Amino acid sequence: MPVKPGARLMQGNEACAEGALAAGLSFFAGYPITPSTEIAEYLAEHLPARGGVYIQMEDEIASMAAVVGASLAGAKAMTATSGPGFSLKQENLGFAAITEAPCVVVNVQRQGPSTGLPTSPSHGDLMQARWGTHGDHPVVVLVPWSVRECFDLTLHAFNVAERLRIPVVILTDEVIAHMREKVVLPEAGSLVVEDRARPDRAAGPALPYDDRQGDVPPMTVFGDGHRAHVTGLIHDRRGYPAGPGPATEALLKRLQGKVDSRPELVIAEEEETADAEVLVVAIGCVARSAARAIRLARAEGIAAGLLRPVTLWPFPGERVRAIAGRVRGIVVPEMNLGQMVLEVERVAGGRAPVHLYPRVDGNLITPEEVLGSIREVARG
Amino acid sequence: MSRREIRLSGEGGQGIILGGIILAEAAAVHGGLNAVQTQSYGPESRGGASRCEVVLSREAIDYPKVIRPDVVLVMNREAADRYAGDVSPGGTVIVDSTFVEEVPDTVGRVCRVPITRLAREHFGREIVANIIALGIVAGLTDLVRRDALERAVADRVPPATRDLNLKALDVGYRAAAEIPGPATP
Repeated sequence: MPVKPGARLMQGNEACAEGALAAGLSFFAGYPITPSTEIAEYLAEHLPARGGVYIQMEDEIASMAAVVGASLAGAKAMTATSGPGFSLKQENLGFAAITEAPCVVVNVQRQGPSTGLPTSPSHGDLMQARWGTHGDHPVVVLVPWSVRECFDLTLHAFNVAERLRIPVVILTDEVIAHMREKVVLPEAGSLVVEDRARPDRAAGPALPYDDRQGDVPPMTVFGDGHRAHVTGLIHDRRGYPAGPGPATEALLKRLQGKVDSRPELVIAEEEETADAEVLVVAIGCVARSAARAIRLARAEGIAAGLLRPVTLWPFPGERVRAIAGRVRGIVVPEMNLGQMVLEVERVAGGRAPVHLYPRVDGNLITPEEVLGSIREVARG
Repeated sequence: MSRREIRLSGEGGQGIILGGIILAEAAAVHGGLNAVQTQSYGPESRGGASRCEVVLSREAIDYPKVIRPDVVLVMNREAADRYAGDVSPGGTVIVDSTFVEEVPDTVGRVCRVPITRLAREHFGREIVANIIALGIVAGLTDLVRRDALERAVADRVPPATRDLNLKALDVGYRAAAEIPGPATP
């Protein structure tokens, strides 16, 4: 195989940082934590050199607060952490949701709970990524399975965050984040980079949450001459606190609707699902094992297929439901004691039996383990 | 090249992970193969088990970890006890005999080299033992070309230590050449 121009060996965390830079990241605040630390290290070196701001904060709560503040001041902002820090960031993730501050949070999962196993992979934070902060709120959660996808999905995360004015979470894991792989990154000029809509200056001072033209208000930022006001309280179009009533309901439904009304946000990849009798649903590093497992299964005559949610949230429920109607069973290998399986069961709605294969010893599920589950389902 | 798997193991501080990164980079960037490198280590910066795995293939690589290694390097006793027996039939176990006296039963070919002692004798520094080990791995296999490995070493070590590390690599190649027996895949 000829060496492609630009081929390099790159780590998942580095690719994530490169994806952020390609998206126009201008502000990073973080508190280093294994296994996410290389993102902070990489950006500490490269972000200031490109005119951006890097701050190592005193803790994860402060770093998330700084990210929201920077976003409200017009920056493209990101932080990166692992489980213990992700727990601390939840309060201000909610603040980003209610103030509609676009931002990106990377959570490189390690085995929890609490300090857990700092250097071992896990997928224990799947539900936390959706529901970790209190109250109904929109969030998009992306799960890369390769170094190249760490780059692509970080860029995509910023685009979705900017387009919808929401926080976007990249949920990776120790395997994908620390893994080095051969990659060829795309040319900078070939990338689509989106920026938040800003109010028209000629039309006079705009309100910060003016939803009369659409569900994503053009974003006023402090210092641009428009009205800017933020609060974690439920608020009206001016950003002023509002009491219980129809306006509160309208706001919550508008926020949630940013994601719910856009089915195009859902991303899933499928391999060999067309004729599958056994479906495997897996994400991130586990999907790498599952991809090998379905090939091994087919080599021994079992028609297995893989569906990989790239957006864990919103979950690709329609695709899973459609396939569930024509398979003997669904295998869900997970590096937790059963989280995504709950969603698979919900969307499958009894059309096919759903089998959890959990592993929580701090090691990646192997292809042989997934194959074992596929065989059990195939035998019925 | 169909899928090849290499496991490098020892303890934290021996440069095991850097060794794997260099091997993967040589194969991927300078050798035209697909490569994935993963690692497993404890929270300590020195001591504790350290393991680095490299998978090379002309095809796309799905599962990123080692299933049955073709080459196993063990740089201490604990690694020898845990991993020497995993090697595939016809595979190679490279043992740092400075620290490892007994090697568990294995179906692979066992090559004993006093890697760390060579580092001390030639350079007065144990820190280049990982690069000597890389030279031995490459010298005993057809995983990477020598010029590819030299470029990767030069790119990945601190510039001030480039010459030292390239000399260490040469020591490894020469040690491999002295090992009797057939070249292994």
